[in-house]
Parts: sequence; structure tokens; C-alpha cells
Amino acid sequence: MAQILIDKVRKDFGAVRALDEVTLDIADGEFVALLGPSGCGKTTLLRIVAGLETQTAGRIVIGGRDLTEVPTRARGLAMVFQNYAVFPHMTVFENIAFGLRMQKADPTRIDAQVRKAAGLLHIEDYLDRHPGNLSGGQRQRVAVARALAVEPPVLLMDEPLSNLDALLRLEMRAELKTVLEQAGTTTIYVTHDQTEAMGLADRIAVMHGGRIVQIDTPTEVYRHPRTKFVGGFVGSPPMNFLPVEVTGGEARLGGLPVPAPVTSGALLAGVRPEDFAIVAPDQGLAAEVLVVEPLGSHTLVTVRCDGATVRVVTPEIIDWPAGRRIGLKPDAGRVVWMDPQSEQAVGP
Amino acid sequence: MSGRSRFLPYLLLAPSVLFLAALFVVPLVETIAISFSDNGAPTLDHYRRMAGDLNFWPAVKNTFLLVVTVVPLQVAIALGMASMLQKLPRGRDLVLWIWTIPLGVSDLAAGLVWLALLQERGYLNSALAALGLIDGPTQWLTYETPGTLFVGILLAEVWRATAIVFIILVAGLQLIPKEYREAAEIFGASPWTTFRRITLPLLKPSLQTALILRTVLAFEVFAVVYAIAGRNFPVLVGEAYVWQRDNQAYGVAAAYAVLIVVISLAATVVYLRVLRSRTEERS
Repeated sequence: MAQILIDKVRKDFGAVRALDEVTLDIADGEFVALLGPSGCGKTTLLRIVAGLETQTAGRIVIGGRDLTEVPTRARGLAMVFQNYAVFPHMTVFENIAFGLRMQKADPTRIDAQVRKAAGLLHIEDYLDRHPGNLSGGQRQRVAVARALAVEPPVLLMDEPLSNLDALLRLEMRAELKTVLEQAGTTTIYVTHDQTEAMGLADRIAVMHGGRIVQIDTPTEVYRHPRTKFVGGFVGSPPMNFLPVEVTGGEARLGGLPVPAPVTSGALLAGVRPEDFAIVAPDQGLAAEVLVVEPLGSHTLVTVRCDGATVRVVTPEIIDWPAGRRIGLKPDAGRVVWMDPQSEQAVGP
Repeated sequence: MSGRSRFLPYLLLAPSVLFLAALFVVPLVETIAISFSDNGAPTLDHYRRMAGDLNFWPAVKNTFLLVVTVVPLQVAIALGMASMLQKLPRGRDLVLWIWTIPLGVSDLAAGLVWLALLQERGYLNSALAALGLIDGPTQWLTYETPGTLFVGILLAEVWRATAIVFIILVAGLQLIPKEYREAAEIFGASPWTTFRRITLPLLKPSLQTALILRTVLAFEVFAVVYAIAGRNFPVLVGEAYVWQRDNQAYGVAAAYAVLIVVISLAATVVYLRVLRSRTEERS
């Protein structure tokens, strides 16, 4: 168990700045997801915490100990790699035992720890097999068991589920959550998949262009994105942004006066697809249906509204042809406001 | 599939297969036949003559001595070179290129180069004399100095043929995903432990290839030895050459050739067995 402090970490690859003064304070036992598109620096940051990459500036402090000058092997961490990196020439048992053997643990402890970790991940029947005989999902379990067997103070995970198929990913996600909650390990989890980050993490650090643009609980990130990028990246389909003109502290959204955080000027109103009510054409924002996609549990309606494409999610089962005219009424209490120039949130 | 496309692959392979059959299998069978016959009658006389020759046992001994010293030395050096190359952040291609220059030198030329270095009035003696370590031209490569003669041949062979082992191991190392080494490091393995427990086992298929190739070629060592030592350091292929060229005893030369093939095959079988890696152990 340990607290992690990432302190003003910068990383330059030649002229390219991959990480720009990133600071992140992670509490003991906390699960933080680093979420962002590829190239945002999330994997680089994780590798710097692991010591596999050296930062240009800044400090990594774990459990009060400055690890900046400490080599990877002496940091006492555990990591799960995207491609598992389960050693192909060793049995599952030897793979899980690897970290303990490196610590020169005594054989009875190794045996007990390996069996405990294998039990947690339901792979106790495969201990004598080689990874070549296992499926992707089973190899992933071995990789997680290998990491948990050393009872690490800090667990680093680099897109651990991205090589699994959709159903297996769902299954492993729930299982990981259970296992990691039991273990109580401080975890940094890198992913580009916002549902993984939302589902697993205590807090999400959304990264963009080498910076952390928002760090909050999943609900807060979803409800109150601090930038237009966060609103668009978190949530599927992404948040809609409608340009509005504010006069006298009020914006008009579909004939509905909505109190705005500024008295006048242009703003972007961010509305989640599920925060629209579909009403009669003359009662809200006028929109024209482009596509209707019935998805079973809900329906995704793509409409054209004031020249912009807007996505609406409704629990109703509808079957409208393209070209149908409808009205949209946003839930005024759920609207977030962005400055169109800076793309930063405005208001409380 | 049409008749034409079904036969096309075989048709395309046929020239090379015929070529190998005509220039490899036929001579091999013929060599075996020559070694076991005398004017058409089956005999073991050629083998008796071979084994009874004064130079036979020294040739066997010298050849094996070279194999068991040169090959391990080459593998060790090549492993070191390949590992060092992997660590280079840049300039890898240039170093790779320079280190593989000896590959382009013919073995006779390599032997002559080392002869020029090591002979009585060669560069080595000039350098040693300049440093005051020897008084004048000293002979290193004669019948009376078997120790230095052997070392000279050893040096030339290591210089000439380590690059091929190195190339194979570099290719093999590049096939090992870096995550394996990183994972080992994360879980506390030192660089040496990582090399021994992760890199080396995963390199086994490449090591096997390099060992088989180098060992078979080492049993066939000839030109370098011939250039540096003449017959002062008899080896098997050299003896085959002498019986063929100087003594015109084709049967005995053929017996030597068959012996070399048998030894090479035996070494290959040993490597395949000892370094066998099961399919499921591969990455």
C-alpha cells in the first residue's frame, strides 16, 4: 500500500514534448485511470512511474520515497502489460512465482502466494501449463496473477484489456474490479476506453496533448467536463455542443430560456445525448432526423439542428424515416457551458 | 483449382530441386560409392588406409580441438556483441555493418591476412620488437611452436566467422519483444538474471541455428589452416585435399569426405536434441 506523487513530470522526445508538467497525487489504495486518446502521453507517464522511461524533469515519489534515481528493479512495483508479456518458456506457476523468486522468498511462501493469486483469477487448474497452450483471456489472468502474487504496494496496468474481445473484456473488467478491491493495491490504469475508466476507477485523469486536463470522479468527469475535449472524449456517443448567444444572462435553447453563467456573448452549450427530450417540432429546437439506430435498450437518433449534427439517445423505441421534423428540449439543469475560444468550461 | 495452377508450384520448384539433386545428391552418393569400392569390388581398404595414416589421428584431434574451442568462443563473443548492439540508442546500423565486414572476406584471404600479421617478419613481430618485447623476428607458426600456431589459427577463425553467429543472434534478439525484459525488470530481476532467465531461453531457436551452422562449418575448416600452417597443423578436410590432389588416392579422399559428413550430421542431431524447445514454450 502506498501513496503516489507524480510531481511536475516533463518528458521531451527530441523536440516533441510528450508530457508537460504533469502533477498527480494518488491516495493509498486508490484506483486512478489515465484516460486519453493515443499519443496523449498516458503510457509514457506510466512507464516513467515504472522507471522504464526516464523523465526530463520532475519527481516520482511513492510511499514517501523519491524514486527518481531508483532503477526499475528496485522500485518494488508490479505491472500488467498490454500484450501480457507472460514468459512463454515458463509454466504458469513459474510465471506467477517469478517476482517472488526474484525477492528470494522461501519456497513455502512462494507456493502459497502463487496458489492464492491463481485462485483469485480462477487459473489454479492451469499451473502446470505453458502460456502457449492458453487463450488470450487466460494469459491475461496469468499476467494479473503474476502482478498480485508479490502483493505490490503499487500496481501499474497498461491497457490490460485492449487485446481481448468485447465479451471477454466485459467479463474481465468486472472481475478485475472485484480482485483489485480485495487486494486494496494503489493502482494506475492506462486506457483509451472511457467505459473501462468509468467502470473501474475511483478517479479518472483525462489526458490530452501531454497534460492532465481534468482529474475527478467518473461521475464528475461525465457530468461536469472541464473542457470541450473531455466532454467529447468521455461518453459514447459524445456530448453535443450547440453555439448559443447569451443576452441578459440568459441563453435560448429551443425556445427555452436557460440561465447562463455570463451576462452576454457567445457560448457553447454542452448537452449529453440522453439529456434531450424529444418533443413536437414547434416546441423545442427544430431538428431534422438523419438516422435512427435502434440499439435494443435504447435508440440513437442522429439529427441535423441549426446546421450542426446532434446525437440524441432516448429509451423509447422509435422508427422514424429520415427527414422527419422533430423538436428537442434540453434538460436545463444538465447543460454545461464552454467558452467557444478557449474551449474551457465557464461558470460553477 | 485448374490443372495448371495445381502443378505450377512444383514446376517452379523443379529447376532448383534438379540442380541440387545433380550437384549435391549425385556427388554425395558417388563419393560414398568411391569410398567403399576398389575397381568395382566392395572394400573397406580406403578406410583402413585413412585410419592407418600417420596424419589421421592428429587431423581428427586438431579438427575437434578447433571445433570445441572456436565455436563456444564465437557464440560467447557474438552474444556479447549482439547484446551490446541492442543497447545502442543510435548508430546501430553503422556498428552492425562494421562488425559484419569479415563476412565478406573469403576464408583463404582471411588466412593470408592473418599470416601477414603473424609470420616471422609480420606486423605482430614488428610491433613487439618496437615495444622491446622481442629481440628480432620470431617464428610463431612452425611445427616446433604448436601452441602459438594453434592460437594463430584460433584467432583467424574467430575473427573470420564470428560475424555469422552474431548476425543470427541479432536477428533472434530482435524477435524477442522488449516487454519480456521489461517485465523481468519490473519484478526485480537484475540485468544478468534477465539475460540468463529470459533472453537466453527465448533465444534458443536462434542459438540452435547458429550452433549447427557454425559447428558444421568448423568441422570443414580448411583454407585458413592451410594458409597459416600448411600441413603443420593437419585437419580432416586438409587431409582429404592432400589425398585427392597430391596422392591421387581418390578412395581415401572420399573416405575422409564421408567421415566429415557423418561427424557433421552427428553434431547436428546432438544440437537438435539438446536444444529442443517445445512448441508451446515459444513466444
